[in-house]
Amino acid sequence: MSANPTHRTSGAPGIREPLIHAEGLVKKFGAFTAVDGIDFDVQPGEAFGFLGPNGAGKSSTMRMIGCTSPISGGTLRLFGLDPATHGREIRKRLGVVPQLDSLDSELTVEENLIIYGRYFDLSRAEARRRAGELLEFVQLSDRAKSRVEPLSGGMKRRVTIARSLINQPDLLLLDEPTTGLDPQARHILWDRLYRLKQQGVTLVLTTHYMDEAEQLCDRLVVMDAGRIAAEGSPRRLIEQHATREVLELRFPAGANAENEHFAIGLGERHELLPDRVLVYVNDGDQALASVIAAGAKPESALVRRSTLEDVFLHLTGRTLVE
Amino acid sequence: MSTMPLLRIVPPVVRAARRPQRMLERQMMCYRNTWPILLSGFFEPLFYLLSIRVGIGKLVGDVTVGNHVLTYAEFVAPAMMASSAMNGAVYDSTMNVFHKLKYARTYDAVLATPMGIGDVALGEIGWALVRGLLYATAFLMTMAVLGLTSSWWVLISLPVCVLIGFAFAAVGMASTTYMRAWTDFEFVPTVTMPLFLFSATFYPVSSYGSWAWVVQLSPLYHGVALIRAANAGTASWGIVGHVVFLLTMAFAGLWVVSRRLQFLLLK
Repeated sequence: MSANPTHRTSGAPGIREPLIHAEGLVKKFGAFTAVDGIDFDVQPGEAFGFLGPNGAGKSSTMRMIGCTSPISGGTLRLFGLDPATHGREIRKRLGVVPQLDSLDSELTVEENLIIYGRYFDLSRAEARRRAGELLEFVQLSDRAKSRVEPLSGGMKRRVTIARSLINQPDLLLLDEPTTGLDPQARHILWDRLYRLKQQGVTLVLTTHYMDEAEQLCDRLVVMDAGRIAAEGSPRRLIEQHATREVLELRFPAGANAENEHFAIGLGERHELLPDRVLVYVNDGDQALASVIAAGAKPESALVRRSTLEDVFLHLTGRTLVE
Repeated sequence: MSTMPLLRIVPPVVRAARRPQRMLERQMMCYRNTWPILLSGFFEPLFYLLSIRVGIGKLVGDVTVGNHVLTYAEFVAPAMMASSAMNGAVYDSTMNVFHKLKYARTYDAVLATPMGIGDVALGEIGWALVRGLLYATAFLMTMAVLGLTSSWWVLISLPVCVLIGFAFAAVGMASTTYMRAWTDFEFVPTVTMPLFLFSATFYPVSSYGSWAWVVQLSPLYHGVALIRAANAGTASWGIVGHVVFLLTMAFAGLWVVSRRLQFLLLK
């Protein structure tokens, strides 16, 4: 596999310069503020995630990082360079997997990769060689001569990932890489991304799936309404903002609110959702036993591990995927 | 470079273009798969010229321009050539560009690489020129076979067709950036049809009498005049005016294209 990045670092020896440095980053569209002053750093080799619901400002942030959207305020540096003045140089070192498919429907799978390599000034022979390797990496060698159109959503996404690696990027940007894919396609994709990560490629991705963030990200920020609500590793965020376990109680339709009182005082806190009551506790089974003993008659009850979804719910009062 | 006065008419993002030829390369790749479409460019002029020579020409008789006497087919052929250059450029720069801009997100993908707005604008307009040159060559060969060429000067009509293509492709692409939906393209023939009919294409500009100045506002008129001059092998100072008119149109279009693409794609 050729997606082996060479991390160029500058400055004093021993000090690792972040690949991305953002300070008070703002993006405005007219009167609307999509990104409202966020700070973050991404280190070489890291898998960094933006987790948040639709409209949180993730894609706007990604487009600014990708140097295809000018910043409205604050500071943004990639590889120590300013996108406003060095966009071309920065983009030369980026791989971009956009949220919406932008494969060239007039070309074959292989041609899509070759012409993309040409945009990066690769020689024809080199572009062709890398295209072959990358199609093998995403397990689509047999579709090299196929047009893009008949491919499934998951396959198209894999072609897009292969295309984004043609310039052997130092930094790979993935905007909602698995949104709209079926579970099997998502797992194939995660596996490939995980391999890239192991090869040392720095990944920055956005997602509104907490399982994706947990699987892929070393560190993430939770975004809501253009701001960063929390930052840390998935594990640390769960430890900080949720309990070890969650007891989910499902009462008959419309009766969740009137049964809410059973949850009060049971654990650290609870959340009343339209379809269930969540109780945050350290021992779920014990909590369930107490609820039943108190006379509650839930239709179903489930004890599970806390997830990033719970973190998000706690921070914003809303679920990630509505 | 940027201080050279001649280059100031080129928008800054276009001056910053480094690899517009990659967009041409992309087009060639596309046509590698669908090259028979290009053949259509040979048939269109053949049908036009045949119908005029065989049919209308016989009814109309000869046309006198200045002190030249031309058969009607000889008079109309250069106008058909100019119109065909216009139509090809308009087609490429409207429908095709709109699809890539709005639906295929081709340019978004391109702009995520070291390519810039100038590369996209120049590359896409450049393709309209390459295709225009191919079609004009086919047209000229057809004219020669049918005996409608008058001198070797007619070869100058090839660069003239490229100039016509440049002007119409730039303005066509500029208009496309304002289109919201496919239905908006119904306005395109509303503009190109009258140009085709009233640019001294089928009768000399003198026939318009005191309205001749309106005809002279049509960019196609200037293209037709240039190709007629080339075919007849006659030079005059008027040629400079025609060239300046078309160049002005081309660079104005390029300005709008580069601004609008920046607004639409890099927001």
